[in-house]
Amino acid sequence: MAVLNVNGKALNHNADPRTPLLWVLREQLGLTGTKYGCGIAQCGSCTVLIDGVATRSCQVPANSVGNRKVTTIEGLAASGQLNKIQAAWVAIDVPQCGYCQSGMVMAATALLAAKPKPTDADIDAAMTNICRCGTYQQVREAIHAAAKA
Amino acid sequence: MTIHQTSLRRPSLRRRGFLVSGAAVAGGFSLGFHVPFEDGAAHGQTVKELNAWVVIHPDDKVVIRIARSEMGQGTLTGLCQLVAEELECDWNKVAWEYPTPGENVARNRVWKNFSTGGSRGIRESQQYVREGGAMAREMLIAAAAAQLKVPAAELIAANSVITHKASGKTVAYGAVAAAAAQLEPPKEVKLKDPKDWKIAGKPVKRLDTVDKVTGKQIYGIDLVLPGMLVATVRACPVIGGKLKSFDAAKIEKMPGVKKVVAIDGNAVVVVADTYWNARTALAALPTDWDIGDLGKVSSETIAAMLKEGLDAPEAFVGNKAGDAKAAIAGAAKKVEATYSFPYQHHVTMEPMNATARYTADKCEVWCGTQNGEAALAAASEASGLPVAKCDVIKQLLGGGFGRRGRSDYVRQAVLVAKEMPGTPIKLIWSREEDMTHCQYHPITMAKMTGGLDAQGNLVGLQIRISGQSILASLLPQNLQNGMDPVMFQGLMASGVEAAYGYNVPNLLIDHAMRNPHITAGFWRGVNTNQNAVYMESFMDELADAAGQDALAFRMKLLKPKWAAVLKAAADKAGYGKPLPAGHFHGLAQVMGYGSYVAGVAEVSVNADGQLKIHKITAATNCGHVVNPAQIDRQVAGSFAYGLSAALYGEITVKDGAVEQTNFDSYNMMRIDEMPHVETVLVPTGDFWGGVGEPTIAVAAPAVLNAIARATGKRVRNLPLMHHELKKGA
Repeated sequence: MAVLNVNGKALNHNADPRTPLLWVLREQLGLTGTKYGCGIAQCGSCTVLIDGVATRSCQVPANSVGNRKVTTIEGLAASGQLNKIQAAWVAIDVPQCGYCQSGMVMAATALLAAKPKPTDADIDAAMTNICRCGTYQQVREAIHAAAKA
Repeated sequence: MTIHQTSLRRPSLRRRGFLVSGAAVAGGFSLGFHVPFEDGAAHGQTVKELNAWVVIHPDDKVVIRIARSEMGQGTLTGLCQLVAEELECDWNKVAWEYPTPGENVARNRVWKNFSTGGSRGIRESQQYVREGGAMAREMLIAAAAAQLKVPAAELIAANSVITHKASGKTVAYGAVAAAAAQLEPPKEVKLKDPKDWKIAGKPVKRLDTVDKVTGKQIYGIDLVLPGMLVATVRACPVIGGKLKSFDAAKIEKMPGVKKVVAIDGNAVVVVADTYWNARTALAALPTDWDIGDLGKVSSETIAAMLKEGLDAPEAFVGNKAGDAKAAIAGAAKKVEATYSFPYQHHVTMEPMNATARYTADKCEVWCGTQNGEAALAAASEASGLPVAKCDVIKQLLGGGFGRRGRSDYVRQAVLVAKEMPGTPIKLIWSREEDMTHCQYHPITMAKMTGGLDAQGNLVGLQIRISGQSILASLLPQNLQNGMDPVMFQGLMASGVEAAYGYNVPNLLIDHAMRNPHITAGFWRGVNTNQNAVYMESFMDELADAAGQDALAFRMKLLKPKWAAVLKAAADKAGYGKPLPAGHFHGLAQVMGYGSYVAGVAEVSVNADGQLKIHKITAATNCGHVVNPAQIDRQVAGSFAYGLSAALYGEITVKDGAVEQTNFDSYNMMRIDEMPHVETVLVPTGDFWGGVGEPTIAVAAPAVLNAIARATGKRVRNLPLMHHELKKGA
């Protein structure tokens, strides 16, 4: 039995300790908002925050997380209220298929925490997630809107 | 009809949503949320439908049933808008649900076509879904007339309320829905003039957004059923090869492993308690394959096969006028160029997956699919059970792009489930499996030959396409005397779907079919993509040879609707006006999926040869506009998709197998490369065209034409990443 600190709760799981955090979240803890896209830290669909740092969870062995705080997409509106980034995403109607959007929102959350008023260049550098539907234009708009909110 | 509940088909497993506070969301960033919509059956009461499309609950909730699949393109919201428009209901009370393909079969296909491809969702269902909404409205009015004891003609329905103006009496839809559901539907209904639309035609918000930003949205890959096991597959790395042997004993004791099975003679599957354990075990499974002579095939042998077709005597003629060969032979100037377009992968962000549960008398499948009825047929075939004993519960798709129109992954899941009756099996493909076992955008080449007279007029044009046919790969029964008419998308002599826009007096467009063993499939935009690259790039080459401007040269040749949309794009982009230093425009147009589209790209190439796509201006005439905000997103997204392909997209073949395995070897555009896309809608209101696909085709040629202006280099073979754009290099 191992413990992870996820979205403010200590959660137990029985997975092999080397299992990537992504699959512990999805298959042991029932947090399927974090998505599998590539498994090689390229696409960003599995992005979570570890102590506030945007991290691709598919390449993080669960036993390397220790007691650091993991935040997943499910942890952002834990109080039942969308945070300002999610609200901007809704107001601008960003998602198309939506599959990459958990990762996008998590990457944007980390960006805005580090740079509350990001420039387009900051967005280009921080938002390396792949979206195949092509929501990039709306992602950029929503990050700027959230920064103003 | 009542949506019946079974132990597995709980409301949470069928996609239902009810937007409670749309206004609040739009107004103040407060929480809009979906409450699971449970139909009456779950509460021991029955809410009778008004018709196949509309169910109205006593509390005024409106449930609209949508047969087409939502995969990001917005068809769900658009079709709900069309139904709601005629229904005259309150948009904020609208929820939606999918009927199942099995229910469609059981009800004599009352929802008609489930297939979601070819940008057909709105344009091919608009008539009957609007009629569904209008009939329901008339039934509600008739029931209200009976209740109020006034003539129906004196009643007006609006915003889910029926009003008798003379007396001031009102009846809410929910109050008369049960009575209305008992009435005979009207024989015919008059549909509203689009000029009077209040919900359709407006940029209303999508119905499926909130859950996608909270992690609540369930896709097929997220599904959990009681007692479910998870499987993953490795098919022969060479498409068409066979499984020779595998050594299950080597992995059977690994953690979580429940079963190792071979399916279809070409794949092995590990079933385990979790995906991670299944994947870990599969990686350790020794397998031996029989690939025969396919191992000799490479990208080089395929290129040679296609090259031979460029001058082969036999070819299928797709479009012919006058005598192109004679006109070109007698022309003052002859222009010739050969182009090529590689295999492409769809790369849906959600890898292929399906969940199946098989028992001796029932087979159920839960999956994202673009073609629910094809998935149902696949479930029936793989299970050996009649269609009536099978069903498919559709999940939202994490991308489709044509890939999920095929049911290969459904078949596999059912075959595995059949090995373990009663146990739900979720089969997930790894990204590597997905990348190497696709139905790829077909590979083609084209030899373009044009003749100009002394005044620079185009007097003859010959296009020889050589390469792979999708129909030959997937639907050989649809070939017409061996010919694949889909090869000529955007180049067809006539028709309302994909017609050629130029008036060329002497024209010959033909196709030498050359089919390598790599499976070809429908890839968003399909054959319009390469045909537009060939045609629109070569148009610029012809204009250059004629010493004429690329726009002016085209405008002389284009038919009115094609010309109008190109002019709209060019005007909006300021084509011909001064640009910032080092910036250049390129343009392209095409007709596809019933719509007319054009794009203008503004690019620069710096001294190091680095390309920057600054801006795209894209015009669309899709006849009718159902949701301009969603069209804007489809058009912008089309450039992300089309330019990713133009910049990086290439599947290559070595020793018979696809070489690319994941995103590190198959790259795609990120946000830093995405140009700003400005959309111009120029609907003429006289037809219904598709939106999801046509614009993709103009992305690459517009950029290639701009690059040629910027560098003097004509790129004729994609992807761009192989080309040095530096001056002098």
